[in-house]
Amino acid sequence: MITFSKQQLKIPQLQRPVYLVTAGQSKFDRAFPDKRIEELCIDAFTMAAGLLDISPAELKRYIHSCYYGHFADHFGDQLLGESVIHDRLGLDPLGNVGVKTGGATGGSTIWEGMKAVASGYSDCVLVMGWERMDEVPTDEGNFLISCAADKDWESPLGHIYTGYYAVMAQRYWQIFGKSEESFRKTLAEIAVKHHGYARFNPFAQSPMKITVDDVLKSPIVAYPLRTLDCCLMSVGAACTILCDEDTAVKLTKNSKNKPLRIWVAAGSHTLRPADRRDMAIPLLPHETADQYKDLGERFPGGERYPGFTGFLAARMAAYYGYGMAGITNPMEDLDVLELHDAFTISDVQTYEDIGLRPYGYGRNYVESGDCYHTNPHTGKPGKLPSNLSGGLIGCMHAVGATGIMQTFEIATHIWDRWAEIHGDAKLWQQFNREKPEDWTNLQVKGAKRGMAISHAGVGSHVTSTILMDPDHLMKKDA
Amino acid sequence: MSMYGQVFVKNNQYKLKGVFHHLTPNTPIRNADDGWKLMGVTNPRDMTYIHSYGGEAIFFESLSQGKLLATRCDNPDCETSGTIYIPFRIHCPDCLAKNTVIDLTDIAKKTARVHTFMTCARSGAFNLLDKPIRFINIEFDGVATILMSYLSIGDPTIGMKVVPIFKTCGPTFTILDLSWVPKGTGQGQLPEGFSF
Repeated sequence: MITFSKQQLKIPQLQRPVYLVTAGQSKFDRAFPDKRIEELCIDAFTMAAGLLDISPAELKRYIHSCYYGHFADHFGDQLLGESVIHDRLGLDPLGNVGVKTGGATGGSTIWEGMKAVASGYSDCVLVMGWERMDEVPTDEGNFLISCAADKDWESPLGHIYTGYYAVMAQRYWQIFGKSEESFRKTLAEIAVKHHGYARFNPFAQSPMKITVDDVLKSPIVAYPLRTLDCCLMSVGAACTILCDEDTAVKLTKNSKNKPLRIWVAAGSHTLRPADRRDMAIPLLPHETADQYKDLGERFPGGERYPGFTGFLAARMAAYYGYGMAGITNPMEDLDVLELHDAFTISDVQTYEDIGLRPYGYGRNYVESGDCYHTNPHTGKPGKLPSNLSGGLIGCMHAVGATGIMQTFEIATHIWDRWAEIHGDAKLWQQFNREKPEDWTNLQVKGAKRGMAISHAGVGSHVTSTILMDPDHLMKKDA
Repeated sequence: MSMYGQVFVKNNQYKLKGVFHHLTPNTPIRNADDGWKLMGVTNPRDMTYIHSYGGEAIFFESLSQGKLLATRCDNPDCETSGTIYIPFRIHCPDCLAKNTVIDLTDIAKKTARVHTFMTCARSGAFNLLDKPIRFINIEFDGVATILMSYLSIGDPTIGMKVVPIFKTCGPTFTILDLSWVPKGTGQGQLPEGFSF
């Protein structure tokens, strides 16, 4: 059993409030033979300026420092790619820095930008993330991604991340899913939901109208995970602008965007799941130690935490983030989520880590219908909809941009601009994508608070990005 | 001149022999839908990295000798003193003292069992294992961690008792020299080059 000190468990505090005022993103796709990555970054930045009804040049005048998320230099074959983007955006002589934390790079980059504003170093920062994953064929891409595992102990075993998640899926399915076929179908429903929501998102790479059966019959990648259980490999860019209060007011004075309060927190755990040691379950505000006392009796084999079935990093990102923002129960306090659905199984694991359901009962978040925009059982709004963008399975996983895309999506709901942006016929046309005849408005009505989870490796880094309408905070001194 | 790059160490310096990169010309990428206009170029590259195992070298060398090494924190002042680690940790993650190397082969033979597993129909590029790959994660009595490896024979199940096998003939000096088979497997059934 390992333990953590009081100092390590301190709830982080910001020196002053930080606001997200705008965000933007490019089209996402498997390949862009006709565009360089800086063209996609400029698309994202131009969109962010457009949502403020100001020109890119005017927005640039406010920016004081820049935070760039780009994970895999070897994919784009360009070291110091941050410098290329910074130059093409014309942001000299501002200080800038690159951030790399695997799949969590986007979330971690927002984390860095938030700290710069909160500390007073900058009053306005650019957070931009991107990834170019089309410079190699897919199997070489899988090899390059697997280089994020331990290169001596894990990568040679398959060179494929899906495999590293499949062992978790197998264990979770047998212990908490009790090997039930119904649990496997629940996983498939997540893929159906995310590819389905992607149909209403013009930015999304993989819109599909599919059934549970389609998922269960898709080719096996690493049993029990199949092709349609897995996230995409993508190219694209996303950005956001963070400010102090005075700058936020100035930048949004002519815009429909309301400045949103933002908090970002981060957790970590061993790169190799093999190195995980047992510990007591760290508790979230709405949990008690008693509720987990008999977890191993209810789910034989489930007594070992985090084992291969939980993500300590996600739990800690939620613990710190909820503490900062005053969230006491995410199911009650939040209105919309974007989760890091790298694989259907990791989506379910994360429901438990961030406290949507107690450990062992994550599947219920899907089976109850709570996770949907419209609950399929009741026809009423889902209690806490997630991944209305389509997530990593349906929308994209352009690694450095992913956490920022998720944050953009949450913001559009709180701004009540989801339909305006995602339903824009010109945007569908510009992206050369056909807007479906049954296009559906997925705006979460009255959304005031949301959260995005950005996740790396097999749980090595996780961030929680929490956005709130400043008139609907959970605590005054947050 | 060898076609492969080879390296040895003399006076704590790398000495290189052979060819470390192969030259392949780049070629244009053109648009078949638009008059074969230029869109980009291919950038072929074939490189050999020179990688040090450092303090873990003894682990990989020992696999080729049929031994499975682990490490243990023996610092009496460490609050997790006595914890055994495999994967091999050179230093204790808590007190950062240098761990003691221990031979885990007998414990592995007697107590190894499958914690979880998966069967992988695909792999990334450059992977050398035969498909399907049967990943297993292995628990041992008295060990804090759960080792990732692969099963060479049979279909894995959670709780299955397994024993280690080692590529002692023609070793690769990588983690692939360690594999596992169900307890009770005979020597004659082992893959080429492997022994108990």
